[in-house]
Order: sequence, then structure tokens, then C-alpha cells
Amino acid sequence: MERYTIAILVNNQSGVLNRVTSMFRRRQFNIACLTVSETESPDYSRITILFEGEESKKNQLINQFYKLPDVISIKELHAKDSVSRELLLIKVANSPETREEIRSAAEAFEAKTVDYTRESIVMQVTGDRKRIDDFINIMRDFTIMEICRTGLVALQCGDATIRQETN
Amino acid sequence: MLLSGADIIVKTLIEQGCETVFGYPGGQIINVYDSLYKYQDEITHILAAHEQGAAHAADGYARATGKPGVVIATSGPGATNLVTGIATAYIDSVPMVAITGNVMTSQIGSDSFQEIDITGVTLPITKHNYFVGKIEDLADTIREAFVIAASGRPGPVLIDVPKDIQQAKYEYEPKAPVVPGGRICAKEIRISPAADCINKAERPFIYFGGGTITSEAQEEMLQLAELIDAPIGCSMMGISGVPTDHPRFLGMQGMHGHYASSMAMHNADCIIALGARFNDRVTGNRAKFSVGAKIVHIDIEGAELGKTTNDAHMLRGDIKMTLEKLLPLIKKDEKPEWMAKVAAFREEETRVQDNREGMTPRNCLMALNKYLGENTAVATDVGQHQMWAAQTVEFKKTRRFISSGGLGTMGFGMGAAIGAAMATRERSVLVTGDGSFGMNLNEMATAVTYNVPMVILLMNNGVLGMVRQWQTLFFDKHYSNTILDRRTDFVKLAQAFGADGAVATNLEELDDALAKAFACDGPFIVDCRIDKDEFVLPMLPPGGSMDDIIVKVGD
Repeated sequence: MERYTIAILVNNQSGVLNRVTSMFRRRQFNIACLTVSETESPDYSRITILFEGEESKKNQLINQFYKLPDVISIKELHAKDSVSRELLLIKVANSPETREEIRSAAEAFEAKTVDYTRESIVMQVTGDRKRIDDFINIMRDFTIMEICRTGLVALQCGDATIRQETN
Repeated sequence: MLLSGADIIVKTLIEQGCETVFGYPGGQIINVYDSLYKYQDEITHILAAHEQGAAHAADGYARATGKPGVVIATSGPGATNLVTGIATAYIDSVPMVAITGNVMTSQIGSDSFQEIDITGVTLPITKHNYFVGKIEDLADTIREAFVIAASGRPGPVLIDVPKDIQQAKYEYEPKAPVVPGGRICAKEIRISPAADCINKAERPFIYFGGGTITSEAQEEMLQLAELIDAPIGCSMMGISGVPTDHPRFLGMQGMHGHYASSMAMHNADCIIALGARFNDRVTGNRAKFSVGAKIVHIDIEGAELGKTTNDAHMLRGDIKMTLEKLLPLIKKDEKPEWMAKVAAFREEETRVQDNREGMTPRNCLMALNKYLGENTAVATDVGQHQMWAAQTVEFKKTRRFISSGGLGTMGFGMGAAIGAAMATRERSVLVTGDGSFGMNLNEMATAVTYNVPMVILLMNNGVLGMVRQWQTLFFDKHYSNTILDRRTDFVKLAQAFGADGAVATNLEELDDALAKAFACDGPFIVDCRIDKDEFVLPMLPPGGSMDDIIVKVGD
């Protein structure tokens, strides 16, 4: 099982996300994370999906997407020629004993403190997936109360855009 | 002109060239039925007995004409009853437009009476679907649905229209019938390597499917076959695409295909696949399927290329247009050795063919063949009779074999045969079995109402024969729930519906019954009694390869 990131440009209409995710459900692919947002044009939305699966099935999936009239273009994104970012909000328990250690770890990861009380600290970290995973791992030494990740946003490097992709 | 939404729906259907639509009225589609009443001189509505029958009729109509079939149903159960019909059309790439009513926009999502999320339900079985929330979108949505249904690889499109949209008024401007798009030629750079591959082949085999019929590429395909001296076989969806008696045609191949056709494909060093998708019923065990062959695959649907087979050349494009570009690159070459081998396969097929006398399935269908006109559409249901028909019924004209391939929908045939008769304006034939016929025999009422000339050849063996065959071969003859001890008198049943029928227990009686049936104005059931242990042969066991082929029982 490999991990794949694909970006899909779709018509900005109700029900389109459902049509796209339905393709994953049919093939028993589990979506690891998913982001959707409007694009430079209000007519289109961009969906970025990270998922696990077999390569042959992944290729099939990409071909099948072109059968959806609402899909404009699809691009598989590879780490070597794309940039990807994710944002993490993490709430850890605050106490006089751990306060300093949390702060130094946060500094090392350039985490921003966005909420602070005697009982808890909420920090924000941005970076690629690995960096976020690493920070969560470090925070496991303390008491993680809850976390929320945005999921990946990703663009190709250079002047290539998803609009240039055709079937 | 200012029209109601319901009027706009019907006017747009007329504008798009629909002469006949199929359906069933109900509370949330009542406005559309009022408009159908108003415009009845311009459009004919056929009332089915059940929405499933209506959907299959629209499907049969579409398969016979190539034009989108239209079906109309009400919300809730009316809409869900279409599901099997839509799925059948989807998997066989049949153009269809389904229009359903729904509750008022203000009530959507509140579980109102007869409310169902039909766009949600049909999401995986439609090419596309629409919920029309604004009257101003209505006419163009219907036009777009016709474009999508018939473009590229055809398929069903559903349009769900809430009742208040049917009642609202809006300006309607007639437009010209839409032109389906998506007919593209494969990329030039892909064509010449494919031509090289074909030119180098010593044992080429042409395998075509429904896509060749859709593209109307038979002439180009036959030219290719002549040039490279190749035999031709087809998937079940390809049947009637070329005349059965064409000298290069070996018939259907696959699980129950003709021996010669399957063997030629198995022994080929180059398979040219035209609008066919190498379904598991065609390939058997994929790892052992035609391992020595290079596959040149042409299909309008990119997602089919390389999906199940390791295609050497994938050409996404319209088959006719692509073949037109390919043909000039093909060298004429005679292949006497390969032709001799194919002839040997044919001889072997004749040798192992079922040559028994009496009421064998083959003899019954040969008797039917004598009555078929050039334009007669032959629909089937699903099961043993379907495979016997696919193997034995002779066709002269394209789009005349109407059968549920991909989904294998028992109960498809009654509606489909009605739709096909409407499309061809001629008598149609339904070859069915007692199992399948039992599923949607209510459509006898429709056939009687509209006096549809229809010969129903019911191959009555008192069992669910195809499942029984598997139980015999693979389940130690445990005939679990496949023995139909129903005691239905099909002649009396026909008479109860207002039609007629006759029993045939031997070939003389069958000939008499068929003579009566083909002289009858309306539907006629021929209750054709065959033995419960007849097999469909040859048979490639599921997951098997050509090495495992069963050509005779006891092999």
C-alpha cells in the first residue's frame, strides 16, 4: 500500500464532493485527509486528497474521475515536484512542571501559541505532514487533550498548474 | 412563450426529437402528465405496469435506435423502481434520460410523503444526474442531459424535478436538437505504433463489443479484417453488430462463447479490441488470458483502456474515426496458416456441437430463426436461454439483439421487447425462461394494452437453469431453491391478460405455435418445454482459462 496525493479541479457546485468521494468509497480506498476550497475562479473548487491504496487501483481511480462531468482536471502530486502544507492546532495540558519543556519544544518547531490558560495551551504549527507528525509525537510526552489538522493543501512547483492537465 | 415547468419538460423532450416516452404517473409528477395530455399529438406516452418495466422499455427503445430512451416516474417508490433499469442501462452504456418528480423544494429533506433522495440513490449508476432547483435551469438541464446521455460512451442521466418547479412559469424558447459531442479521434502518435503492431501480427484477432455498434464502425472493422486476414469475434454486447453469417465472424467468445471464437482469441498473437472492455465473463482467469497476445485497444472511454488487461497499445478515441486513420497504415497481408488454424477451430466446434434431435435449446432457437425478419429485434432475459440465444439466434441487422450484458438483469426482457417493438415499429421477439419471465410478466398488460406484436418464446424448464447448471457442476447437485414447482399455466396466463399462447412439447408443435405467434397481432406466448438438465456449453468455469473449457457434459 502506497500513499498518494491527488488534486482535483471541479465545478463549484453542491454535490460534487459527494461524487468525488463516492469514487473512493466504491473502491474501498480510505481517505487519509481531504481539503476543499474555492479557487482563483469562483466557478471551480479544488479538492486535495491524500489516500492509501494499490498503484493499479490508483491509476484506475484517476481514469474514472474523468467520467464525472463535474471534474475539470486531475493531477497526481509527487513530493519531488510539489509543495504541500498542513496546519495543526493542538491543545496540551498546562502545568507548572511541564510548562518550560513544552515551550522549548514549541520554539524548536516554530509553533505559535494561540490560546493560553493555567490548564491548557493551544499551539499552531504549519509545515509538511512529516513536520506535523513529528511535533505531535514530541507532544505525546505531555498530555495531549485534543488535536485538529486541516489536511493537506498542495501545489506543483514552478509555473505548472492543474488547469494545464488534460485527459 | 411563458410555460409551466411541466410544459417546458414536455416541450423540450419534443424539441429534442422524442416521439415515444415510457413511464408511470404519480402525485409528484402529475403536472408533467397533464402536459403529456396537452401535447399528446406530438409525443406518445406508453404506460407500463411498473416503473422498472418502463425503464427497461426505454432502454430497449434506445438499444434498437441508438437514440436516448426516455422514462418518466414519480417521486419515492416511482423513482426507486427505476433503479434496476437505470443500472442496467449504465453498465451496458445505453443512452437514457430519466425524469422523476419530487416533493416541493420547501419540503425537500423533511422525509415528506413519497420523498426520496433519488440523485443520491442513483449517483453510482448514472453518468450524471441533476436536481433542478431553479425553473430557469430546467430546459437547459434537459438539453444537457441529452448531450451527456449520448456523448462519448453513452449512459443514463437522471433529472429530478420538484413539484413546485413543474408548476412555476418561465419563458420557454425552443432550440434545435442537441448534437452529442465527445467524438474524438485517437492521438496520431498512438496510431502508427498500433498499426506497426498489427502489421507485425501473424495471428491477429478482432474482438469487438457494444462500442463498435455505438460508433457504427462495422464497415471499417470489416475492412481491417480483410486487410490483415483476421477472424472476428465479439463480446455479448457486440452481437448483431455484424451479420451472423459473415464469413469472418466466429461469434461471441467468453464464458459461454463459441468454441472457435474463444480458441482463436486464445491463440492470437495480436488482439484488436474495439469498443469492448474485457469483462471477467470474457477473460476468465486474467492471469492466464491470452498471455501470448499483444492487445491493441481502441475505446472512447479512457478508463477502460488497460483496466483489466495489459494493453500494449491504448487508443482513446471514437472507433470509426480512429480506424479511418489507422486503415491507410495497414498493409494487406494474407495469412493462410492462421486461416487454416481458424478453420480447424471451426471444424472442432462443429464436431462438438449439440447435434441431438428433438426439443433441445438449439433446435428450438433454430426453429425460431426461420421466422425472423431482417429487422426483427430479439430481446432476451437473463440465464441459460440468454446464452443459447446469444449462440444460436441469427442476425442480419445491427442493434437487433437486445440483452442485458453487464448487469445481467432477469426481468429485463419484457420491457425491452416492448421498447424494441416501438422503436422498430415491427414485431419483436422475447426469448425468455420461466424464471426471468416470472420477474416482470406484469408487462404483458402493457403489451396487450398497446397491442404490441410480440412473440414470447418462453423456454420453460421448471428450474432456474443457469444456477442449477452451476449447482450441478460445482455444488454437488444441491439444487437449493432452483426448482420452480409453480404449476403456472402460461397459456391461461396469456389469456387472462387478454393475449394468447400455445404449448410446444415437440418440434412440430413448436413450429405450429411459432407460425401462430408470428401471425398474431398482439403478444403471444409460446410455452416451449425443454428438459431441466440442458446445459449451456461450451463453458469456461468461472476463473478458469481456455485449458479448462467444458465442451460436452462428462468431459
